[in-house]
Amino acid sequence: MPDSVMILHQQQQASIEMGNWLHTYLLRHLQVFFYSLGQLTRSPLSLLMTSAVIGIALALPTGLHIILKNMQNISGDLDSAAQISLFLKKSTSDTQAQQLISQLKAMPQINKIKYISREQALQEFKRLSGFGNALKALEKNPLPAVIVVQPSLSQSNALSNTKATQQLVEQLQNKPYVDIAQFDMQWVKRLYTIMDIIRRGVIILSALLALAVLLVIGNTIRLAIQNRRDEIVIIKLIGGTDTFIRRPFLYTGFWYGLFGGLIALFLVITSLLMLSGPIEALTQSYESQFSMQIIDVNSTLWLIGGSILLGLSGSWVAVERHLREIEPT
Amino acid sequence: MIRFSHASKRYPGGYDALQDINFHLAPGEMAFLTGHSGAGKSTLLKLIALIERASRGQVIVNGQNLAKISRRKIPYHRRNVGMIFQDHQLLFDRTVFDNVALPLVINGLSHQEIGKKVRASLDKVGLLSKERAYPITLSGGEQQRVGIARAVVNKPPLLLADEPTGNLDPELSREIMGIFEQFSQVGVTVLIASHDIELITHLPYRVLTLKNARLSNDSAPATAGQY
Ligand SMILES: Nc1ncnc2c1ncn2[C@@H]1O[C@H](COP(=O)(O)OP(=O)(O)O)[C@@H](O)[C@H]1O
Ligand SMILES: [Mg+2]
Repeated sequence: MPDSVMILHQQQQASIEMGNWLHTYLLRHLQVFFYSLGQLTRSPLSLLMTSAVIGIALALPTGLHIILKNMQNISGDLDSAAQISLFLKKSTSDTQAQQLISQLKAMPQINKIKYISREQALQEFKRLSGFGNALKALEKNPLPAVIVVQPSLSQSNALSNTKATQQLVEQLQNKPYVDIAQFDMQWVKRLYTIMDIIRRGVIILSALLALAVLLVIGNTIRLAIQNRRDEIVIIKLIGGTDTFIRRPFLYTGFWYGLFGGLIALFLVITSLLMLSGPIEALTQSYESQFSMQIIDVNSTLWLIGGSILLGLSGSWVAVERHLREIEPT
Repeated sequence: MIRFSHASKRYPGGYDALQDINFHLAPGEMAFLTGHSGAGKSTLLKLIALIERASRGQVIVNGQNLAKISRRKIPYHRRNVGMIFQDHQLLFDRTVFDNVALPLVINGLSHQEIGKKVRASLDKVGLLSKERAYPITLSGGEQQRVGIARAVVNKPPLLLADEPTGNLDPELSREIMGIFEQFSQVGVTVLIASHDIELITHLPYRVLTLKNARLSNDSAPATAGQY
């Protein structure tokens, strides 16, 4: 039994040593982590400048991305506002129109129906156009009655999938009393196309600016390495590994990424706040229930995380390229 | 501890800095390496520390053939070789304590261990009171002693010094040599490159003399005085 006690004791000893080692290791990382921050804050101006460059470069695609997302929300609203207008023949009486309406109500593809009589149409036109007096001159009401139909919304007949809507329009066109069935959403389709173009543009812009950030950080770290050339030589002379020498530079890249990301976040939030007032006023004039989304948690995490990742990889590339060149002679 | 066999060093460009060097330094031995300027003293030390590699022949340190040590393993080799330079190679933005602590930090020692060992090392070179000072505030001799404290803090089995007394007056030089002798007495192998013949010949140690890239003389301690 004493043997197994011995082994147990040794194992405990080993795990204590392991724990100590881990503790020392983490402590050392933490020290370098904050040491590199301390080094950076020694020249706050250059830290601010570099971070600002990174921040501006990242704010641009982030801001565009958020605006794009908001536009998608608006067009989502438009989807639900998809309507088909049935202009009735002028000869149609109100009773005939009501007959048609009860027919339409029975159709499962149709969600809501609104009837605008010729008289109502005229009133509304007068109100909106301001040509009230001119219209008085007309003897007869020139406007047809309109039945506004809102299709039942499902994924399959959203605007982006117009096939089902098209079928519905044809079906309605063939109903009695219907003069023209009109689904005039051409401009929404164009909007989608434009948004797709913008989306791709934002992706390309993001990639280019991410590359720019990578280069900015890489160059900053390269200068930092060159400034500390003597120190690197000394550390190599007394047996410092590449990993040891690399560490503070990687953390420096981390800090640049973090600060750049935070500045980008600040820029995006302030600019969008400044824009949100007028944009909401604009969308409300289109009777949309739209409220501007500034930035959500997900995008924030992506921005900061991406920025840190760019910082780390930029400095990694710089360190890999330049550390080998510096050797004691 | 150190064995050179038919070692040569040709620098890129074709200059032969060392040719066919053969000698053996036993563990715990202390020796001087001397010779005119440009004779190859620094080059010989650089081969031992793997700052340069031999072009031909073998260099064996602590039983290890240096040709077999890959680039990645060089740092670990250097941790066993304490090096002292004429220009000290100190970090001027760090305190004496932090300078001496550097090899221990590299080795990943804990805070308490670092404190203990740094103070022990500074004590040996008589600079315990200066641990919070910055190197720039110290005299040349004191800076050199900080360099020595840093070289020995890890207790390496081998110490190399390249012109350690180059800028010092004779009295300070003797003091520095005294420090090396102490390390030698506790079993550290010490090799000191110096062209200060005056100083060397008055000390009872083996002298290796380089002349035009070749080992021209290897005098035992007993005859050192007569050389
Ligand atoms: N990196 C190098 N490249 C080319 N030649 C060198 C290099 N280092 C030293 N040398 C030459 O090698 C010779 C020996 O130099 P060194 O070992 O520094 O001599 P010492 O230390 O004895 O003065 C000198 O002629 C020097 O010019
Ligand atoms: Mg020399």
